[in-house]
Amino acid sequence: MKPVAQQLVESKRSLVLLAILGFFILPFLYSIDVLSIGQINMIGRYMTFAILALGLDLLWGYVGILSLCQCTFFCLGAYAMGMHLAHHGGPEGIIDANGWKLPACLFVVYPYDVGESSGDALVPFFWKPFWNLPLTILLGLLIPVVCSFVLGYFVFRSRVRGVYFAILSQAIAVAGWLVFCRNDVKLCGTNGLTRFDVIAPAESLTTFHPEDAKDQWIASHDGDMGQDLNSDGKLDQLDYSMAEVGFSLSEPNVQLSLYLLTLTCLFGSFFLCKWIVNSRLGRVLIAIRDDESTLNFFGYKPHQYKIFAFCIAAALAGLAGMLYIPQMKIITPSNMEAVRSVLVVVWVAVGGRGTLRGAILGALTVNLLYNYLTSEHDYGLFSWSPDYWPIFLGIAFVLVVLYLPNGLIEVVDRVKARLGNNSNFNPIEKV
Amino acid sequence: MSAEVESGSSNSMVEQENMALKEYRNFLPSKIKKDIWSSKYLLFVESLSVSFDGFKAVDIPHFGIKHGELRVIIGPNGAGKTTFCDLVSGKTPPSTGKVYYDGKNITQMDESDIALMGIGRKFQTPTVFDSLSTYENLLLALPGNQDWQDNLLKRESGEEKNQILEILEKVNLSKCRDIPAKSLSHGQRQWLAISALIISKPKLLLVDEPAAGLTDLETERTADLLMELAEDHTLVVIEHDMDFVRRLGQKVTVLNEGRVLAEGSLEEMEMNEEVMEAYLGR
Repeated sequence: MKPVAQQLVESKRSLVLLAILGFFILPFLYSIDVLSIGQINMIGRYMTFAILALGLDLLWGYVGILSLCQCTFFCLGAYAMGMHLAHHGGPEGIIDANGWKLPACLFVVYPYDVGESSGDALVPFFWKPFWNLPLTILLGLLIPVVCSFVLGYFVFRSRVRGVYFAILSQAIAVAGWLVFCRNDVKLCGTNGLTRFDVIAPAESLTTFHPEDAKDQWIASHDGDMGQDLNSDGKLDQLDYSMAEVGFSLSEPNVQLSLYLLTLTCLFGSFFLCKWIVNSRLGRVLIAIRDDESTLNFFGYKPHQYKIFAFCIAAALAGLAGMLYIPQMKIITPSNMEAVRSVLVVVWVAVGGRGTLRGAILGALTVNLLYNYLTSEHDYGLFSWSPDYWPIFLGIAFVLVVLYLPNGLIEVVDRVKARLGNNSNFNPIEKV
Repeated sequence: MSAEVESGSSNSMVEQENMALKEYRNFLPSKIKKDIWSSKYLLFVESLSVSFDGFKAVDIPHFGIKHGELRVIIGPNGAGKTTFCDLVSGKTPPSTGKVYYDGKNITQMDESDIALMGIGRKFQTPTVFDSLSTYENLLLALPGNQDWQDNLLKRESGEEKNQILEILEKVNLSKCRDIPAKSLSHGQRQWLAISALIISKPKLLLVDEPAAGLTDLETERTADLLMELAEDHTLVVIEHDMDFVRRLGQKVTVLNEGRVLAEGSLEEMEMNEEVMEAYLGR
């Protein structure tokens, strides 16, 4: 065991490197046109996956709970932000009887009752809170947390554990997917939420109702009929929504900012997890992984701790989903298919289960490889087809499990130990 | 002639046993005022039984442990010794009957609440948390920080730290304080498990086979440790090893097929034909 101070310095060194790379080198490479904004945007999206993986690692690597429904929580956050962006995006749509603009994506697939015409469509009540950005962010975190709490309360208290929990969570992922695929839930069915234009327009910060926002806008433009964009002779919400000013999601600078915001959130999540893991509660979490039943006899109630970890993981997943949407600009139920949640497990296993840095490494590595290997490459002797990807992923997963049971992070640590000439290297002790 | 004498002596033995067990029989917590019985017995069970698929693993009409007592429970394999501990500590819910501890009925409580009331337990195999260091194992065993909110924000106080270091010194584990428990030897793990039990400051300790798999020297030291504990704790020790039981030199209860067969000193038990029969399977 190395002295604590030395350990801190070492784990800090890799963090500082990552921070310099993320905050300075990549934006610099973008500014001199080595990287395109599309690539920056892609890395930004993969970093949201890293936040998702951190949550699962806390749950699976430390507490030993294999949850196969993390992408469901991810999508709950993503749909929250998606509804917000849909409210403020897309010039299509109608103004409904209550004075709300029906978002373009919902307008297209609205489930009309028999005899209803397009004028009868109403914005569903559960869309309305997502008009306001701060409220959206709050709900995007709260909804996954509440769902995970309810699930965790019933499941962990009745001591469902191990594979039984994994199967149960997988079933929940499938159930969630089926619900979101339905058109009459008014979440746009399999089409998903799309037609996003701007993020954080001023009225989304200050108002809770589009009529208020319209009044505010008309007052500030003082009868300027030049703003009658659809030329129907009156200033209405459609005019206003077309003139709405915010940060355009297609703007490279906004995409770069979103990338930087994601990176900041990734660091924030990492430090949150690190703090939890290093606290006394973290020791209890590890004890639950090692031997849950014995912990009972010391007076602990393991289900409290498991619910706590489950809620934190769900909150991180929700956060990741909220950051993912403005960068991806579409969310469909295919993101919550059962296999997606299993993929998160693969990222964590490949990167290094039980080390927080490993989860980030795994999520980024696997996704960057995915990005590279799902396009065609001609290597002269043989050409790579995107169809080989699942085979490659399968082989890589088996190899890592067989030869690197501690994940890719073990390679990194070994190299570092070799460089630092550190003979008493022990990968398990690291966080 | 000699056979007659033998059978006569065994009869008187049985009577003697009956006298020892009768004491419990006249003593039913459900019929007597709480403060009267709880002043006498720390733990008392009444018509306690549990069956698994129709097989009665434990069936004890009355049985009690007095305050400050060190009681050894022996019995052949499958006698229900460990199951008895499971019933008391809440791991297994009983089919019938009641468990009273410290003046309260604890039959329906779950194991963590029972532990918080002061019943500590060491299992047959040393249960330690493998990935945690020796120090951290004891840190978790400390009483008073079992809620998750406490654990998130509080750090151990200097006093608690000293307590841990003191006990590590006592069981010769100071050198291993930062070593993960999985790299300890079997004997060291046993001691770590016992240390964790001691540091959690229970009133009643249920110690299941503390000497299993230990070397002679380790067994000796474990016995000394238990004797030292017995000075200010109530202990129930389950043991197979007769030398170890002899070393403890305390009152022995013999279980067989889920029933209390006899009770008395080890010498008395060794003279008791029923007990010998149960052990040797004659």
